[in-house]
Amino acid sequence: MKVMAQMGMVMNLDKCIGCHTCSVTCKQAWTNRSGLEYAWFNNVETRPGQGYPRRYEDQEKAKGGWVRNRRGRIHLKGGSKARRLLSIFSNPRMLNIKDYYEPWTYEYDNLISAPLGQQTPVARPKSLLTGKPMKIEWSANWDDDLGGGPSNIEKDPILQKLSEDVTTKVKLAFEETFMFYLPRICEHCLNPACVAACPSGAMYKRAEDGIVLVDQQQCRGWRMCISACPYKKVYFNHKTGKAEKCTMCYPRLEIGMPTVCSETCVGRLRYLGLFLYDADKVLEAASIEDEKALYQAQLDLLLDPNDPEVLAAARAEGIPEDWLLAAQNSPVYKLAKVYKIALPLHPEYRTMPMVWYVPPLSPIVDVLTETGHDGEEAGNLFGAINALRVPLAYLAELFSAGDIEVVENTLRKLSAMRSYMRDINLGREPRPEIPEAVGMTQESIYEMYRLLAIAKYEDRYVIPAAHSEQARELENMGCSLDGVDMGEKFGGPFGQASGNPVPVTIENFHIMRDRQSK
Amino acid sequence: MSSTSILLWSVLPYLAIGSFVIGLVWRYRFDKFSWTTRSSQIYEGKLLSFAGPMFHLGLFAVIGGHIVGLLVPQSFTELIGLSQEAYHFGAVTMGGAAGFATVIGIFLLIYRRRTTATVFAATTKNDKTMYVFLVATLLAGCSATLSSAGVIGDEHNYRETVAPWVRSILLLHPDGTLMQSTPLAFRIHAAIAMSLFIIWPFTRLVHALSAPVGYIFRPSLIYRTRDNESTTGNRKARPGWERIKY
Ligand code: SF4
Ligand code: SF4
Repeated sequence: MKVMAQMGMVMNLDKCIGCHTCSVTCKQAWTNRSGLEYAWFNNVETRPGQGYPRRYEDQEKAKGGWVRNRRGRIHLKGGSKARRLLSIFSNPRMLNIKDYYEPWTYEYDNLISAPLGQQTPVARPKSLLTGKPMKIEWSANWDDDLGGGPSNIEKDPILQKLSEDVTTKVKLAFEETFMFYLPRICEHCLNPACVAACPSGAMYKRAEDGIVLVDQQQCRGWRMCISACPYKKVYFNHKTGKAEKCTMCYPRLEIGMPTVCSETCVGRLRYLGLFLYDADKVLEAASIEDEKALYQAQLDLLLDPNDPEVLAAARAEGIPEDWLLAAQNSPVYKLAKVYKIALPLHPEYRTMPMVWYVPPLSPIVDVLTETGHDGEEAGNLFGAINALRVPLAYLAELFSAGDIEVVENTLRKLSAMRSYMRDINLGREPRPEIPEAVGMTQESIYEMYRLLAIAKYEDRYVIPAAHSEQARELENMGCSLDGVDMGEKFGGPFGQASGNPVPVTIENFHIMRDRQSK
Repeated sequence: MSSTSILLWSVLPYLAIGSFVIGLVWRYRFDKFSWTTRSSQIYEGKLLSFAGPMFHLGLFAVIGGHIVGLLVPQSFTELIGLSQEAYHFGAVTMGGAAGFATVIGIFLLIYRRRTTATVFAATTKNDKTMYVFLVATLLAGCSATLSSAGVIGDEHNYRETVAPWVRSILLLHPDGTLMQSTPLAFRIHAAIAMSLFIIWPFTRLVHALSAPVGYIFRPSLIYRTRDNESTTGNRKARPGWERIKY
């Protein structure tokens, strides 16, 4: 057993109102630079819908993720290493900017500088790629809130997959359509396809917290990660020629702050915390034959942070005590493994994604209420979950490789929680048979309610302080001010920044001293 | 030997080697961030899908041919029983085919660059300059191949002139006189190629030096701890964006 820690996220989809605040604040923090205009490290897509980039879930086109071969081993769907090297001159799976959208701005200047005339001056759209006027045809979220109607929505790869199945009649008539929002960031996978596809070895998983990053100094722009990631969460900066991706706001996490998307989320639906997992078993779990068993395999990788054996093994790996404490209090561990209501997005891609989703119950409650039933009555809800096969099949395609039972169980737990808590809130006698019906106790369902509905800041984000403490330690390791040759203001033989880097604290010390009035 | 000849065939080679080596080391140390292919595939993929491989694979064959032709002495190939005629025939046909593919490839790539608005807008002055040198080297090289085959002027065995000259440079005993008797095409090719090496480290051509062969042998997943992230070769941090050390 090799215990490793992984920063994970859970999003409670029932609460997402599709406001895109997370996307916008993320953009402001990370991608408001030229070359990344089209990059949305965090995007929110309406489902059913094509997603962003368009139809990214169609793995037959871009060949993202892993597949299992007949010998029971997994390899990247995009082909062998040798094949990838041969295609570095032109990656046949590479996405085109049109799969995202051509970024543009407007000629705002024209509004004030146009000469006096008959017509009101207009600000025409101008391409940010060519600098020429352009016609806007598509963008991220073009099909937001089912915009564009059936002609757009029916291109959803999941819907298409379902309609092939004759037993599931997918009706696109709008009055029967259900919809919800799916916010997406990089999954910081345990078995990341992007890392495996990078020829330069520039992409890596941080050993301490599992965050997947691109080393900007080492990336050479071979763009294999762009197509290999099945979630299409690596973006090509077309100005610098390097890949960039969601960093899980690691500079913030390191000082104990939640990611920008979590902190600013209007629905307060994001949870951050640690998983402990067994790194030795990842490959085995990802290679399981039955796609529907992948969710369980992924769950089995997560270790119980209260198990003394696990703790001993974790200590042996040098995981600090406060990290273990954080793992024990981790909201994401509780939601994913204890309550089993958070599910991974597309486990069948075999990357072992570490952003989990509590599937939305609201579309089903809504349908019930609209048809004149009491949408929060446990009996009605349980029945409805069974009856509404289409939303269920759709959710199952997203979160459990098509295994309806898994999604059904989580939704039953969510509806049990609603009904049970309603009785309490209305001052009625609580009914213990409701939690029992879904295999939970009154205590655990109440705890779950507190985590999901009350969702206190300190319960949602359990980010170990050691992130920063450890960093401090490393920063100052083996450095004292005496005996360090500072040269001329840290300059090495070839001028500034050459030679050995100077620890930040020492640099600060000297900068501060220089600033002091003499 | 005239002073121009000395300059061209005994001094310029070392300038080229010096600029190439020192330039690359300098760029790697101080501006590793810009060390990339600056691929334009995200803008346009159709033309690139055949022009890109055609140019690069053709170029590999051309480079392979140069290594064999310039570094392996004629006496050695004769020793292993390969007659000059047979060698010459092979070199001209294979070299000619590879050169042809490379030239067609680069013209398609330039056509793509010029006609696709997005790609053209992403082309810098530096790129344009580099293309001039690259295309000139390739064209001069092709005409040298033709001239060695006797299509232009008399047949010429460069393995008795150019190749020993290259080896004399590498052995630090420059013998510029060897180049004086070669046909003009060879001299032009060699001179432009040397200037290409001089500008190489300062153009996007640096990406050729990072062909990722190690990929084949490394494990699929890479883990790195925070404290040993690479720190060499970074450009100086801009104020407010100083690197945080862990
Ligand atoms: S989701 Fe993130 S970690 Fe997983 S393959 Fe894609 S970019 Fe890599
Ligand atoms: S900020 Fe929160 S509620 Fe708004 S779209 Fe993002 S995840 Fe959904």
